[in-house]
Parts: sequence; structure tokens; C-alpha cells
Amino acid sequence: MKRRKMTAAACCLMITAVLSLSACGGRQAASVVIAGSTSVQPYVEVLAEEYARLRPDSVIDIQGGGSSAGITAVESDTAHIGMSSRNLKESERHLWKAEIAKDGLAIIVHPSNPVENLTRGQLRDVYTADVTNWSQLGGPDARIHIIAREEGSGTRSAFDDLVMAERRIAHGAIVQDSNGAVRQLVADDPYSIGFISLGLVDLGERPVKVVRIDGVAPTRESVLDAEYPLYRSFLFVAKEEPVGPARQFLDFIFSEAGRRLLTDEGLVAEDWIE
Amino acid sequence: MKINPRVSEKIAKGLIWSAALSVLAVLVGIIIFILAKGLPIINWSFLTEIPRNMGRSGGVASPIVGTLFVAAVAVVLAVPFGIGTAFYLAEYTRENAVTRIIRFSAESLAGIPSIVYGLFGFIFFVIYLDLGWSVLSGGLTLAFMILPTVIRTSEEAIRAVPDTYREVSFSLGGTKWQTIRKAVFPSAIQGITNGVILGLGRCVAETAAVILTAGTALRMPASIFSPTRTMAIHFFILAREGISMDNAYGTAALLIILIFFINVVANALVNRFVAKGR
Amino acid sequence: MKKFKEKLSGRVFFALALSSISALALITVFIIVQGVPIIAEVGFVNFIFGMSWAPSHGEYGIFPMIIGSVTVTLGAAILGVPVGLCCAIFLSEFAPARLRNLFRPAIQLLAGIPSVVYGFWGLLFIVPFIRNVLGGPGLSILAGAVILAIMILPTVISISEVSILALPRQYKEGALALGLTHWQTIRSVILPSAKSGIVAAVILGVGRAIGETMAVIMVLGNAVAVPTSILDPVRTLTTNIGIEMGYASGPHRQALFATGIVLFVIIMALNSTAQYITRKK
Repeated sequence: MKRRKMTAAACCLMITAVLSLSACGGRQAASVVIAGSTSVQPYVEVLAEEYARLRPDSVIDIQGGGSSAGITAVESDTAHIGMSSRNLKESERHLWKAEIAKDGLAIIVHPSNPVENLTRGQLRDVYTADVTNWSQLGGPDARIHIIAREEGSGTRSAFDDLVMAERRIAHGAIVQDSNGAVRQLVADDPYSIGFISLGLVDLGERPVKVVRIDGVAPTRESVLDAEYPLYRSFLFVAKEEPVGPARQFLDFIFSEAGRRLLTDEGLVAEDWIE
Repeated sequence: MKINPRVSEKIAKGLIWSAALSVLAVLVGIIIFILAKGLPIINWSFLTEIPRNMGRSGGVASPIVGTLFVAAVAVVLAVPFGIGTAFYLAEYTRENAVTRIIRFSAESLAGIPSIVYGLFGFIFFVIYLDLGWSVLSGGLTLAFMILPTVIRTSEEAIRAVPDTYREVSFSLGGTKWQTIRKAVFPSAIQGITNGVILGLGRCVAETAAVILTAGTALRMPASIFSPTRTMAIHFFILAREGISMDNAYGTAALLIILIFFINVVANALVNRFVAKGR
Repeated sequence: MKKFKEKLSGRVFFALALSSISALALITVFIIVQGVPIIAEVGFVNFIFGMSWAPSHGEYGIFPMIIGSVTVTLGAAILGVPVGLCCAIFLSEFAPARLRNLFRPAIQLLAGIPSVVYGFWGLLFIVPFIRNVLGGPGLSILAGAVILAIMILPTVISISEVSILALPRQYKEGALALGLTHWQTIRSVILPSAKSGIVAAVILGVGRAIGETMAVIMVLGNAVAVPTSILDPVRTLTTNIGIEMGYASGPHRQALFATGIVLFVIIMALNSTAQYITRKK
């Protein structure tokens, strides 16, 4: 008897599963689905958390997957809004976009490292492994441990565009798959160098040191007036200008409260630029 | 060179003892370390609050629910197939080409790395069946993964049922189905449950297969179609990205307690099972 | 009615028993369908022996990862197998009953601890130790090998122990009666007789090491270069998938599935060998 009940239960479950499959995954219709760059995701999570406090009836679903996945999701109507940490490609120009904030790319080293400033050229030479010892840069006589992000990440492609130009990051570079992991490792290893989102520099339990690039330290102001050379835009992308619940969330992001939240999290948030 | 047998006996014995004790020491070391750092973090609000600020503050309520939810889906789906296979192998057939293929498949499944299950689950459940990152996708993937565990332990349990049980049932005019239902299944149930619990343990501890299929969402899962994050994934992200070491230790301590509890229950079942068999 | 039920139950059990076959088939088909196109496009030899992995430049060579997997696994086997074997001998021959009753559940717990916990532990203790004492970035083949050596212990111990315990008692009694010491008995009678089980244990342990992902992502450093020392960071086949799958799309994703195919083939070969060895007995 027991067995038959179990089998029946299992069958029911399978049938329900299959039925809901045909009903297009059965996702909640009222929710706003946001997908894309994992560099942007943490900030949008923070925004959504505050938004949910203001409007308890709202449902915002936030997924990672990377900038390209987010844009694909928007084009296939899987998501209402895509998050992108890279600029749109030629083939994606027809999409609606809004810059929710700018993000500086901070070059970080261990706090004990005496190196204060690097030129963009020096930084490139470090990452191509043409320069391999800290003493060549005014630091201690020790091998440089270069840390990069993995292929496909938005931060990596921003670094490739802004710093590497046509050159490639050396094969021997240590690869970590998140800003946080890079930060952790740099905080641990006295001879390492890495690049992470400016907004995440102070968000760990152990400190790291930010290096000036071409003599400019990354700050809100230097990113805003483009004096600091390494920055990128965080974009929201949609098929067309959002309406309804998605629009309300956008309005919140560009409200004073939203701007302040993003600034508190370390991003450089201007007023709405379309 | 010939070493005195007495001397080599002593050396070998010393090496073996020290190897065994050092393994025990490493295990105890890891567990004590995690518990010492993690237990002070665990309190009522840690257990009942949803993670806030990417897990920097708040608790682990939604990862706990996500873990149990995903594991429950996996077990519910794997159990009928696993037990059915075990009964087929143990009761319905002699060793032949078909059973060899079934056994080969089950043992191969047992050896496949979890990241490959993750790849498969991602392409099949998440993309192809369009289930998205969800409790269901994660559970289905894990169901595939624990199937061999359930099959193996259930088959052992069924085979351990003394033949006299079956003979008595048959001699009373019972059919095969009645024999299985009334004589074999009730006496094998403890062993089978042990297998199911072991499978549950694997689900709770798994990371690679679920991170690609259940997602990393922090919200409380509303249905089996919601994305979720299990405790193992939560720990991985917190610890690796240095989001909050305290909360990471707390999550790890909870995980270890949960695994320990699962093992204790499984062992208790086996011991009762063995005692009954005698 | 009775007959119908009888027939039906047989059919149902048979259908359920096909689940593992279909599961294996489904996994094989979907991984292969996803991965083969890119192998065909890049060329099998270029894919397996290519030295450069740069998906953004259309280069898909996984040779450094194959070397990574082999070296880390070899390291794990060198460190883990002797210790595991000692533990198995200890459990089956030396351990007092009370210690054995403590040891077995402990090994079971060792097998149950999530792999991410081992990785984290390695990151906190093994990696800094290597960095400070032996030099280099710490994230290295050696760190991965140590973690994996611990993680394969349960597999090596439990399967070897079972094969030692399965030996007829007369083997041991005969040898002891001939005046051999306990260790001589183990070395010249017990271990050789249990050889096939032990070999299977080692192969399955190696399979476990090659397949492990999350723990080694944390401690290996994931550099895509052929290592020159055990203190160099490397990337394995599994970590290549684990680290890049999050964002990959198009040919990049296919290439990760192709990496999965290579992993799958290696594991199937190892498993089949282990199954063959244990069957032969």
C-alpha cells in the first residue's frame, strides 16, 4: 500500500513538473526579472532590498550570468532588464539603455607594498609579464604575483579594454572568479597585484592598498570628471523603455534615495543620463 | 640488507598507528576549528533572518530553506527510481546482460564528477527544459547524482533479507509482488532508509552541481520554480569573496552539524538493521 | 487481478531499473552534443594539445589544464594513498575495537563534509604555510594535492579495508602459524591477496581527485600555464569549467562542455578499469 502511494505521489510530482514546463516555467507574472553582470548585481541587490522595504508588494528577481547573458535574456524576453558592465556592441545598439552609475577599476596591492603609483604602461607590462619583479617598480626584490579575473567576466574585459589594449594578460597569471576573491588574495599575499571594482575596495575585513594610476587616485570626483583613466559604465538594458513595475523600480534607482544608496556602496552615481 | 623482523614490525606498527592517528587529528582539527569559530555566531536570529546586504549581515534562513527544499525534491525524485531498480536487480532477475548494463550505468553514475552533473543539469534542465535556475532544476540534477547511492544501499538491504522470509511467503501462496510488499520490503526498509539518508547527506554537502542549476539567489524560495541558494553555496560565496567571515563560519558550522546529524541517524538505522538481522 | 498485478509490478520495476541507464545516456548525449561542435571546429589535436586558452581570442587549447589535472591528482595520490592504506591496515588489523568504532564514523564524516569546507580550510592554513615557508603565491599544485589527499582518504580507506576484511581468515592464521610476525603477514600475505581491491580503491580515489572542483578552485590559483614547479598555480579541467561557466556563452560555453567531455572520458575509463578489476575476482 505504502509503495503504491509513494509511486502515485512521485507520478503526480512529475506530471505537475511537466505541466508547469509547458506553462512556460510558471514564473510569477508580476515580478520584475533582472539579469546580467555579476559586477552590477550586488549593487542592484542592495537597491532591491531597500525597494522591498518601501514597497512590500514588489517582487524583484535578480540573477547573475554576466553582461552578455543579461543582454541575451532581455532580447529573448526572459528578463525585463539586463545589467551590463560593458558597453553595447554594434548589434545591440537598438536596445534601450540607461547608465545607472560609473564604476572605477581600482588597482590594488598588499598594504605593506611601498609602490604608490603606476603608469598605465607599467601596469600593462606587469600584466604581460614583461616586468616580473617589484624592484623594477620601486618595490621590494620579489616576484610579482599577478591576479586576473576569468575570461568572460565584465571586469576582465573592462581591464583588457582600458589597460591591455592589444596585448594579452600573461598565461601564468593567477585567476580568481570574483572581485571579492581577488581582494581576499591581495590582502593575504604581500607580493600580489589585482584589479577590482572601486566600490568593493573597502568592503573586506582586511585592508588592501589602492595604487594611483598616472598619478591620479581613484575617487568619486576623479572618476566623474574622467581624470582617473580606468572606469566603466554600469548599464541597465531593456528591449524598450520600461513601463509598469520595472519603471517604478528604475524611478527608485534614479531617485535621491537610490542615488545615495549607490554612492554609499562606493559607486559614482550621477543624475539620470539617457 | 636484512632488517630484523622484530624491528621492522615495530617500525611498521609505529607508522601505521601514526598515519591513522594523524588522519583522526586532521579531521578533529577541521571540525573543532569550524565549530569554535562558527558556533558563537549561531543564534535564533541567525537561523530565522534572511541574509541582508549580500550576506554581510542578517542570517541564513533562506539558504537553510533552499537547502532543505532542493534536497527534498532530489530525494523524492530519486527514491522511487532507486528503490525500484534495487528491487528489480535483487528480486526479479538473475545476473544477465541487462543487469550488467544496469550495474555498469549505476556505478558509472556514481563516479561522474559533480561538476559534470552541474554542466548536464544546466544545459538540460535550466536551458533545454527552460526551468531556469530553480529549486526544481537543482533537485532534478541532484536526483541524478544520488540515484546510484540509493540503488546500491537499497539493493544491499534487500539482499540482506533472509531467504526464509520469501520462502514462507511463497509457501503460503503469496505471489512475488505480495512477497515483496509484505515480507521483503518491511524488513529491508531500515537499510533502504539508510541509503536515502546518505543520499540526502550528499545533497546537503554538494556545491558544484547546484551552483550551476539552482542559482545563487538570496530570496526565500516561493515555489519549486524559484531560484535559490543552498547553504554550501552560501558558505562558498561568503568565504571566498570575504563578504563576512563570521557568517561564513556560522554557515559552515550549521552544515557540519547537519551532516553529523544525518550520519548519526544513518548509522543508528544500520545498527538496528544489523541487530535485527542477527 | 492477482496475475495482472504480478505482471504489472514486474514491468514497473523493470521500467524503474532502466532509469540509471537512461540517466547515463541522457548525460552523455547532452554533454557530447554541446561540446563536440567546438572540438570539430578547433580540431581535436589543437583542442587537446593546444597551449593557449583565450576564449575571447577564439583560442581553445586545454593542454595546460590536462597537465594541471594530472599533476595535482598525482600529488594527491602520492600523499593520500600510503596514508589511506595505513589507515585501512590499522582498521582491519591493529585497531582496538573501541578505537575502530570511533574511527569508522569519523571517516564517514570526513566523506560527508562539504568540499568547500576543505577548500576554505586549505586557503586558511595550507596556502599561507606554503607561501611563507616554501615561497611563491601559495596557491599551487602542492596546496591542491594536500587538500585532495585528505579528500580521497575515505574512498581509499573504505574500499581497501573491505577488500582486506574479505580475505579468508586461514590466510592470516596460516602465515602466523608459520612463525611470521604480524607485519610480515600483512606485507607478504594480506596485501598481495587484497591487491585487486586495493588497486580499485586507488583508482576510485584518483577518480575522485580528478573530479573534485570547488575545493581546488579555492587553492590552485587557476593559472592557465604549464607549471614548472609544484609551487606554481595551475588550472585543472574541473576548475576551468567551475570558474568560467558563470559567464560563458556561445563557443566559449561549448568549449567548457568540451572540457567536460574530456573529463567525462577520463573518469569513465578509470571507473571501467576499477569495475573490471573488482569483477575479475
